[in-house]
Amino acid sequence: MSEAVLRLGLVGSPNSGKTTLFNALTGLRAKVGNYPGVTVERREGEAKLEGRRVVMVDLPGTYSLTPVSKDEAVVTRLLAGELAGVPQPHALVAVADACSIERSLLLVAQVLALGLPCCLVLTMIDELAARGGVLDLRRLERALGVPVVGVIGHRGVGIDQLRHVLSRAESWGRPPIPPPAAAEERAAWAESVLSHVLHTRPGRNRVTEAIDRVILHPVAGTLIFAVVMLTFFQLIFAWAQPAMNGLDHAVGFARGWLHGVMPAGVAVDFLVDGVLGGVGSVIVFLPQIVLLFGLLYVLDDLGYMARAAFVIDRVMGAIGLEGRSFVSLLSSYACAVPGIMATRTIPSERDRLVTILVSPLMTCSARLPVYALLIGAFVPARRVLGPLGLQGLVLLGLYLLGSVSALIVAALLKSSFFRGQGLPFYMELPPYRVPTLRLMLTQVWGSARAFLRRAGTIILGVSLVLWALLHFPQVPAPAGLGPSEAARFTLEHSTAGRIGHAIEPAIAPLGFDWKIGVGLVASLAAREVIVSTLGQIYAASSQDDTASLRQAIRNDVRPGTAEPVFTPATVASLLVFFVFALQCMSTLAVMRRETNSLRWPAFAFGYLLALGYGASYVTHQVVTALWS
Amino acid sequence: MRSPPPPPRLTLDALLPGEFGIVDALDGEGPIVQRLRDLGLVPGTPVQVLRRAPLGDPTEYELRGYRLCLRETEARRVLVRRQPVARALSTESAA
Repeated sequence: MSEAVLRLGLVGSPNSGKTTLFNALTGLRAKVGNYPGVTVERREGEAKLEGRRVVMVDLPGTYSLTPVSKDEAVVTRLLAGELAGVPQPHALVAVADACSIERSLLLVAQVLALGLPCCLVLTMIDELAARGGVLDLRRLERALGVPVVGVIGHRGVGIDQLRHVLSRAESWGRPPIPPPAAAEERAAWAESVLSHVLHTRPGRNRVTEAIDRVILHPVAGTLIFAVVMLTFFQLIFAWAQPAMNGLDHAVGFARGWLHGVMPAGVAVDFLVDGVLGGVGSVIVFLPQIVLLFGLLYVLDDLGYMARAAFVIDRVMGAIGLEGRSFVSLLSSYACAVPGIMATRTIPSERDRLVTILVSPLMTCSARLPVYALLIGAFVPARRVLGPLGLQGLVLLGLYLLGSVSALIVAALLKSSFFRGQGLPFYMELPPYRVPTLRLMLTQVWGSARAFLRRAGTIILGVSLVLWALLHFPQVPAPAGLGPSEAARFTLEHSTAGRIGHAIEPAIAPLGFDWKIGVGLVASLAAREVIVSTLGQIYAASSQDDTASLRQAIRNDVRPGTAEPVFTPATVASLLVFFVFALQCMSTLAVMRRETNSLRWPAFAFGYLLALGYGASYVTHQVVTALWS
Repeated sequence: MRSPPPPPRLTLDALLPGEFGIVDALDGEGPIVQRLRDLGLVPGTPVQVLRRAPLGDPTEYELRGYRLCLRETEARRVLVRRQPVARALSTESAA
């Protein structure tokens, strides 16, 4: 054991402070992956403990080592060393919240009974003391026969002592008699241990209780829930705007500046349209992403998300899901990627899969540029009801269409493929905690970085490929055409133009022409790419900032006629297509990772494409009939 | 002679907010009951009903130093004895 790197498994229930402890020991340098065959996240990290290299394995949070689902069986199998490709940990660190030790000891008993070297870490000992609880750690150590360390994870108190203890796993004591296996005997065992060590039970958390009297009050609680949700949308629509406009201007300025300082030609086109045009259209969303993720993290770390799930559970129960599905679907309004990752808190595998499969229907922020372009160009900015404008109402309608469809699809899936309920609903309401600024900034920075990486890789890559497809081969226009007709001719004969023409028959029933076709193909990578694609296509004939892209698509006519390309029916059909279709490589990738299969992302892509095509077709027919 | 009728079955979902109960037994077997046991609902455990969600379900309970939300369907699997407040408080203090 001293030769090989020591592997320590962290075992504990959800909300035990296990992950905070893992982060404190490994310094947030976790390797994240999946266990084979299941949807459970695998997290490992290296720690240096008094000069010794140790691998910490953060096992999924669990209330028991007697699994009731395939996902939970991972923990049990891993601890037994039966999981192919995953070495059995050399020793275990049981993590328990000191305040709920009366429950946690039931899990600790199971961990001790495994027979591996073991120690117990009690977290949040400051809260135990604040609530008047008195627990004798030294006596507990003697009663269990294994080392016991008390820590305050988020403040780093006790971590040095813990490092010291963990680095000497070989010399840990063993329990003289392993605790009993049967559940009721285990409870009796826990009781007898506690009667020696827990001198005073912790009282209630008075702050949490006072807050909950308001937050969970039948009337006030519902109102607060509504206010929090409205604030959430206000954030999407309004508060991020100034920063977004600022970034937009900065990108526009950079493009103008490059045009000014570089000689005209392919190089400047490449930089201005290919690089800045593609990436710039996405970077603009950074402020929104940062604000949204920040709010989601704060609400979650505070403990409000669990309350929101409690308040809304009845509604979600009606369609066969549960409160935590709501929280994850709410995150999907920002982006389906964190929304899908948030489904990890849902214990039932079926509920989890259904939530994952419908999350792309929630209107994510990547659809906003598409909606903004089309609504801005074609929906008149008229006031309808007081401060409500027609444009805002159309946007709200698109959000509602997506959300209602998500609920309907979830209800259908739950009553067909995913019928039945394997697991009970249960959820802990943790005490309210003030999130530390450092942890919050780390989390927000993590998501901002992931977003920027996406902009710098997928979207940059697609933009560059697209730029090349739009510019090559350069077929010279026949003589006698005006400059804008000539540019258009060259574009139509480029590779992208040919692809667009090739798929035109398939999308013509939806009212789309080849240019929209090119945009749709490009947007398979990420929805917002259609904006930069149309930007590049129309840049051939006009100056290419958003305002003039609006002009350009408004003025575009079908060749040889005065009929506009973007008729009301086409605009409506395109908007509806974007409500449904799953054009997002990141979402597909995260579905693949979270479900650990190719089947579910393929299923989601297929059903959403069929739904999008069908709904667009119907929309096009209906609007055409109504308009004429 | 007729045997006296069995006492009415009292389950956790029937307790009102503010009331205390002691877990007597769990109804049936299977994953749901097993998970309830894992969550600390073993015979002898005192439980207090804290509140119902605004829409009436689920309900928040306090037991073993933490707060747990259960839906009516799951709470119905937990057989309890209603406990007068004074007795419950005395079992709540130090063991």
